[in-house]
Amino acid sequence: MLLTNLEIVPGKRITKHLGLVQGSSVRAKHVGRDIMASLKNIFGGELKGYTELLQESREEAINRMQAQAEKVGANAILNVRFSTSSIAQGAAELFAYGTAVVLE
Amino acid sequence: MVDLIVLLVLLALGYGFGRYAEKTHYRSIIKREKLLRKIPAIASKFPPMYRNPPETILVTGGIVISVDYFKRFVASLRNIIGGRITSYESLLDRARREAILRMKEQARDQGGSMVFNVKIETASISKGRKNTIGSVEVFAYGTALLIKSN
Repeated sequence: MLLTNLEIVPGKRITKHLGLVQGSSVRAKHVGRDIMASLKNIFGGELKGYTELLQESREEAINRMQAQAEKVGANAILNVRFSTSSIAQGAAELFAYGTAVVLE
Repeated sequence: MVDLIVLLVLLALGYGFGRYAEKTHYRSIIKREKLLRKIPAIASKFPPMYRNPPETILVTGGIVISVDYFKRFVASLRNIIGGRITSYESLLDRARREAILRMKEQARDQGGSMVFNVKIETASISKGRKNTIGSVEVFAYGTALLIKSN
């Protein structure tokens, strides 16, 4: 499965558009990480635990999007976008979406 | 009285560690930016035409960064008079440059030579007290072109 956030794929023709596919993942941070984070709020700096957590959840969202694309028979997803929103205190939603297409 | 001492200690800790962290972070950013200058990140949507079209791959880079106590305190003072909050500006600048660097590093590791359609997204993932910013996530992504030299 080819993922790109361009609208075209260099050198390939799009033979079929299959519409929007999406995947999301809502993750909560666990307490240990929260305590570390509140300490970091005094000292400043990167919150490595959160960076990893968000990276993992984003991968999960991408995987779900890919699974959906495979189901409709696509072999590529174009124009992939990401969005993040904190929906509640301590939980964040990672969302990925794009256009499923069939490339020749 | 005790409150005041706690506040002063927190401010001193925030100032000391925050300043040190920022200095070392900027040093590493500048060093790595020099190394990665050969991989341009371009915001254009359409890659140039090549005779043998390159492979493309999605590359991402993200960072969650937290503001220190001192900066937050200074910012809350700024909120009264208004104006530029330089302490937050440098924080976001660091986070953005770091996210772009991580994206470029991923592109380099996969053999990419430039990154197209770079998008940068900022989200405040946890709020501090009284709705001040706690930690900010910056996420950069784009499409790396794997150009085969021929």
